[in-house]
Amino acid sequence: MVLFLAGLGLGLAGGVAGAVLPRSARLPAAALGGATASVVAFIAAARVLVSGHVATAASGSVLPFSGVRLTLDPLGALFVATTAAVGLAASCFSVGYEAHGPKSRVTTATLPLFLTSLLLVPVAASVTTFMVAWELMALTSLVLLLTDHRRRAEARAAAQWYAAMTHLGAAAILLGLVLLAAHAGGQSFAVIAAHARAMPAAVRSVAFVLVLVGFASKAGAVPLHVWLPRAHSEAPSPASALMSGAMVNLGIYGIVRVGGVLLGGTVLWWWLVVAAIGVLSALFGAVHAAASSDLKRLLAYSTIDNMGLVLVGVGAAGALVATGHRTLADLAMVAALFHLVNHAVFKGCLFLGAGAIQHATGTRDLDRLGGLVHRVPVTAGLVGVGALSIIGLPPFNGFASEWLLLQGFLRGFGDPSAATMTVSLVGVATLALTGGLTAAAFVKALGIGLLGQPRSDGAARAREVAPSMLAGMAVLAAGCVAVGVVPGAVVPALRRAAQLGLGLTAGSPSPIRSGMSLDLAGLRGAIEPALLLGALLVGMAVVWGGARLVAQRSPYRSARRAEAWGCGRELQTARMEYTATSFAEPLQRVFADVLRPDHDVEVTHAVESRFFPQAVRYHRRVDDAIERSAYRPVIRLVSAWGALARRVPNGSTNRYLAYGFVALVVVLVVLA
Amino acid sequence: MTAMPGAVGLEMRVAASTVQVVAVVVGGPLLLGLMAKVRARAEGRIGAPVHQVLVDLRKLARKERVRAEHASGVHAAAPIVLVAAAAVAVAMAPLVTTTPVLGHSADVFVVVYLLLMGTVALALAGLDPGTAFGGMGASRAMTIGAIAEPALLVALLALSLQARTSNLPAIVAATLAHPAWTASPERLLALVALVVVVLAETGRIPVDNPTTHLELTMIHEAMVLEYAGPELGLVTLGGAMRLGLLFGLVANLFFPWGIAAPASPMALLVGLVVLAGKAAAIAVAVALVEVSTAKLRLFRVPELLAGGFVLAVLAVVTGLVTR
Repeated sequence: MVLFLAGLGLGLAGGVAGAVLPRSARLPAAALGGATASVVAFIAAARVLVSGHVATAASGSVLPFSGVRLTLDPLGALFVATTAAVGLAASCFSVGYEAHGPKSRVTTATLPLFLTSLLLVPVAASVTTFMVAWELMALTSLVLLLTDHRRRAEARAAAQWYAAMTHLGAAAILLGLVLLAAHAGGQSFAVIAAHARAMPAAVRSVAFVLVLVGFASKAGAVPLHVWLPRAHSEAPSPASALMSGAMVNLGIYGIVRVGGVLLGGTVLWWWLVVAAIGVLSALFGAVHAAASSDLKRLLAYSTIDNMGLVLVGVGAAGALVATGHRTLADLAMVAALFHLVNHAVFKGCLFLGAGAIQHATGTRDLDRLGGLVHRVPVTAGLVGVGALSIIGLPPFNGFASEWLLLQGFLRGFGDPSAATMTVSLVGVATLALTGGLTAAAFVKALGIGLLGQPRSDGAARAREVAPSMLAGMAVLAAGCVAVGVVPGAVVPALRRAAQLGLGLTAGSPSPIRSGMSLDLAGLRGAIEPALLLGALLVGMAVVWGGARLVAQRSPYRSARRAEAWGCGRELQTARMEYTATSFAEPLQRVFADVLRPDHDVEVTHAVESRFFPQAVRYHRRVDDAIERSAYRPVIRLVSAWGALARRVPNGSTNRYLAYGFVALVVVLVVLA
Repeated sequence: MTAMPGAVGLEMRVAASTVQVVAVVVGGPLLLGLMAKVRARAEGRIGAPVHQVLVDLRKLARKERVRAEHASGVHAAAPIVLVAAAAVAVAMAPLVTTTPVLGHSADVFVVVYLLLMGTVALALAGLDPGTAFGGMGASRAMTIGAIAEPALLVALLALSLQARTSNLPAIVAATLAHPAWTASPERLLALVALVVVVLAETGRIPVDNPTTHLELTMIHEAMVLEYAGPELGLVTLGGAMRLGLLFGLVANLFFPWGIAAPASPMALLVGLVVLAGKAAAIAVAVALVEVSTAKLRLFRVPELLAGGFVLAVLAVVTGLVTR
């Protein structure tokens, strides 16, 4: 615990250094603070995950009235370790990114503070400590989101949405936790957990629904997701990586901590609701990701998709616990947490990669990118690793966790109750569908963004980014490969966390035999990613060698370069290439009912004859259908109300005196 | 009864897998030739000999390698990844025997994602030269793949729920032990779903027309338009291997008799002959369907595949209800 507190201290020191040091030293010092804080926190968390020991610390003097209470248990440690991994990469990346980007003392100082608050949330062990950490996280991320507010109106709009959503969510969480604390007669999590069983069922359910609203909104679950695509795409990339790789996870953490650990998670319908919003989020996010042509928006929607899958896994596990099948639930929970960890690693890598691409080309619009594999090969390769991981191709990490998640759902069929079977069935179908859509989305991101010919001057002049940025991405890309090839190495740690979340006793038999391979008992299944990688490499070597042999025997020595086939046209320009918009068009047409795209074709006719078009303008826009139909009317109503209220104070002193008089009369009448 | 791991020696497993890979490398192109022959005969033509595709492959191997101007290393690597992924999937799938090497990890998910790996590699290669046709083909192939892969996965999972294992060789072995399963409603639903998906995955009519030369209707052919010579040969071979693998899997999952369980030299020989017969029968049936139907409009294809997906989900539901 001392080690962990030292990590927090280093993070704070980084923040202070970023604020007070002179211009030249500010950035390295802040990044160093963030990076060392990550490393130290990771070690502290890893020790808890390996040993299973729970460390606590409490102080009555840090916060007035309530004090601070911290507990580092395996469940929290898993989230600390995940955050720390992304934090290390983001801190490295920020050195190069901020050195050439918008120079802002506030941003430099806030990034380590944001990281520190992210590390603090999973160890908070009382309601006040938790809410303070949670609000710190919300405020620091809001400040980061506003970095670019002078130049981009979108950043301001994103910050407004984010501020509104995150504070509504925090209010819901606060209400829920206060309700629990009031009934438990104490505000520490241990006291709440001890008294939860004795609380009336209605209180527990109301509290769970309240915290679920807050946590689901933080995890970007549909329909509370509207802030996420905006905030994640407008924040500076190191902050986006931390938001998408670490902050959304804490929404899941909250659901598991409060629903599973504090309340014991024995009510079936809670988990059915969790699974249902998971399914909605996964499908909605995947479809939108497949249709997006803005790289960071695509990544943000894919975050909604993956968090949805994690929620379905958590929901399935909870439903199995509620129906009394704790051992079956074990696997689903391990799989959900595994996918969460993997998502943090590859999405962190991809957001940093998007930042590097934006840095190198000045745009993140896929329709204006292209040809980067020739210009910035290292960045392109690292983004490629992240994208192949998220598609779930073997032997990268997404493959292992998607397989485990699928197996988790299949285990759900072992329980004959209709509810869990339905969750499992819908889970399997959702996982399969989002898998296909994710492949389409990321083939688009890779193929249009990195391959082909450059579609703009910025893309044509791209330069490789700073080594510190590449190092940040490489840390996470290496994680994608390492976890993918040897998934057995992380599974025991995941199980410790999952057991705590499910209320299983330590030492219950594991459904997974993990070493180099993952073997499952019961409904049999196994994967051996390392062997698979070996087989693939051997296969590729044989095919490549065979092709070389054939080439040596042919009269033609080397490959000739020739112009691509243009259907008889002489010149192939970048304007004839497929764009991200055109790539996504068929899928957008298939899912038109979900996406509701706006099309606009403008044809200008020649002056001489209206039969000859002079120019054709095609405009396409895919808005968030949920935002349009559920949020816009509310916002319009509030704005109308605000406009009405503005008429009341019109600057006339006479009128204000009249208000005062009327108020006085009303008060007198009421009192009389 | 499931295949006992360890009961068959490693040498035998390696030999069995080698037989499978060689069988599919040679047999896949022969299946393509057979389908072309059946089509030609049904249309009243004599048609090219059955081994024409093999002859074409040999011819392509001797041609000059020509690479598109703006193509990167991805374009050169994709055919190798395609063939290697297909070969690994073939080596671990239950085609000639239920005890192939790597059979322990021949999970349904693994085989589906190995196929997806080939799809992704080709789609990226289609986008790599930066042409309109390549992009068009890649976009269409990924649209179809985005719906076909899930249907394939769920259809296979319906079978694994019945056999209580998601390991493909074990599913086939379990089917051998329970012959009644092959006539169960969930199997039949899964079979229909699988057939739809296999037609899409292998680019056959009504989803795609492998013989088209009109750019606007092409899917697979548009994607690989920039390949020439030996690389085109590898792409063709990879496609043929996927076809052989999927036909063989459909045959063995729904009619497993004749497969070598466990592998021994004699059983392998029998398994090989039986597999050839079963795959040829499927090829003839598919070719006859191709002759008698028209290609669907591109935007009707997702409806067909969504139908396949729904059937696959229904297969799982039926399996759960009738359990």
